[in-house]
Amino acid sequence: MDQKTILNESHRAMGARMVPFGGWDMPVNYGSQIEEHHAVRQDAGMFDVSHMRVIDLKGSDTTHFLRHLIANDVARLKEPGKALYSCMLNEQGGVIDDLIVYYLDDTWFRMVVNAGTADKDLGWIIGQSSGFNVEVSPRRDLAMIAVQGPNAVAKTLPLLNDEIRDSAGTLKPFHAAWDSSWFIGRTGYTGEDGFEIILPENDAADFWQKLADAGVRPCGLGSRDTLRLEAGMNLYGSDMDEETSPLEAGLKWTIALEPAERDFVGRKALEAKLAEGKLKTFVGLLLEGRGILRDHLPLFDGDKQIGEITSGGFSPTLERSIAYARVDADAPEQFEVEMRGKRLPVRKTKITFVRNGKACIDL
Amino acid sequence: MSNVPADLKYTNSHEWVRDEGDGIVTIGITDHAQELLGDLVFVELPEVGANAETGSEIAVVESVKAASDVYSPLNGEVVEVNEALADAPEQVNDSAYEDGWLFKLKLADTGALDALMNAEAYTAHAESEDH
Repeated sequence: MDQKTILNESHRAMGARMVPFGGWDMPVNYGSQIEEHHAVRQDAGMFDVSHMRVIDLKGSDTTHFLRHLIANDVARLKEPGKALYSCMLNEQGGVIDDLIVYYLDDTWFRMVVNAGTADKDLGWIIGQSSGFNVEVSPRRDLAMIAVQGPNAVAKTLPLLNDEIRDSAGTLKPFHAAWDSSWFIGRTGYTGEDGFEIILPENDAADFWQKLADAGVRPCGLGSRDTLRLEAGMNLYGSDMDEETSPLEAGLKWTIALEPAERDFVGRKALEAKLAEGKLKTFVGLLLEGRGILRDHLPLFDGDKQIGEITSGGFSPTLERSIAYARVDADAPEQFEVEMRGKRLPVRKTKITFVRNGKACIDL
Repeated sequence: MSNVPADLKYTNSHEWVRDEGDGIVTIGITDHAQELLGDLVFVELPEVGANAETGSEIAVVESVKAASDVYSPLNGEVVEVNEALADAPEQVNDSAYEDGWLFKLKLADTGALDALMNAEAYTAHAESEDH
């Protein structure tokens, strides 16, 4: 039986088509995935992301522990509320999960991890924490709503209580504000401005309804995927997993190899891989013809297979098919995808296709 | 349950067939099928003049979620395809039984129509698949 978020009834009442996702019963769309996508690019949309797990880490060793646990370096976080994107690696340098961690104070960090990996992550984190003075608390009592789009901030602020509205209104990107029960980050997974709001479960249905009344469109996991694909954001399980190095998933920028003396889990494996060389590269792809690029389709340069698509789909903003792929480092600018027995031309692009409503590549 | 017009015939792979008379039939995918697929973004249609065999792959409909084969419900020759879908595949979502038709066949044997499901049988079939 799939788990249900506190907003399950709200989704059904708003006409959602529900699907199983990572052990949860979640909305894939409320009618049209493409219209939901455009609502986020042009106005404001909201996503129930309560299936993702909030984990609080508290104690005098928390900073020290996180510098051991994750591949990015929380010592970079100086301002309370600042967020950091990171991978959590195994000893082989594969990706256990990708996550966001917020620095609240020197003894309190808040982490948000993926739904499908949450139990695995928690087991790993607790296992790694032995010997550190850190308390690991999964916050199953909290819901999470992402409000995204150029009008998301303006439509959300009037609905917040006075205490948190002022601090939320002046948040810089990738920073968070909080009071005794609500936590608001100026973060997201769409390439648009907006908030991710962590709130008590008991407040969630009422807040969701107020957002809808304010003209924020309910959006399902379908549009969440096409938005993140256009925005150049990786999806755990498709673009990287425990068998994949972040160095071959476009995530080298999230690996803090300096300072050299910080010995995080997976560091030795990454250094060995870098020394070995011959890394595959992670690229964007644009399909030159008609059709849709899909996950796992093979890529060819002449007779030679040079890689595979990791995430593919239709870009509603560009009205073309786009993808991410892992290919040989010497892959040419143009090569071919094999789709239902046919070869079609594709072109390499950067990973970020769309940001803040605008195309970032030439078609 | 989605819309299942009483005057059409159906297959268990979710195609509909309209008898236009003179051995010509129009074929598309059902409202139920388009609902399951979600927004269509690409439709690959057969060539006019192509030979269609019952149960063979004849077209492909791709939604934001997945690609799905369309099977020919009957034997015949493709005499017309819905060219408008090249630029407007969403017509299949908006109007599965009218503007969203896929192709027309000239039947080899008009008697074969009788073997297809009626609306009542298709409704029962679609409901059984949902459970």
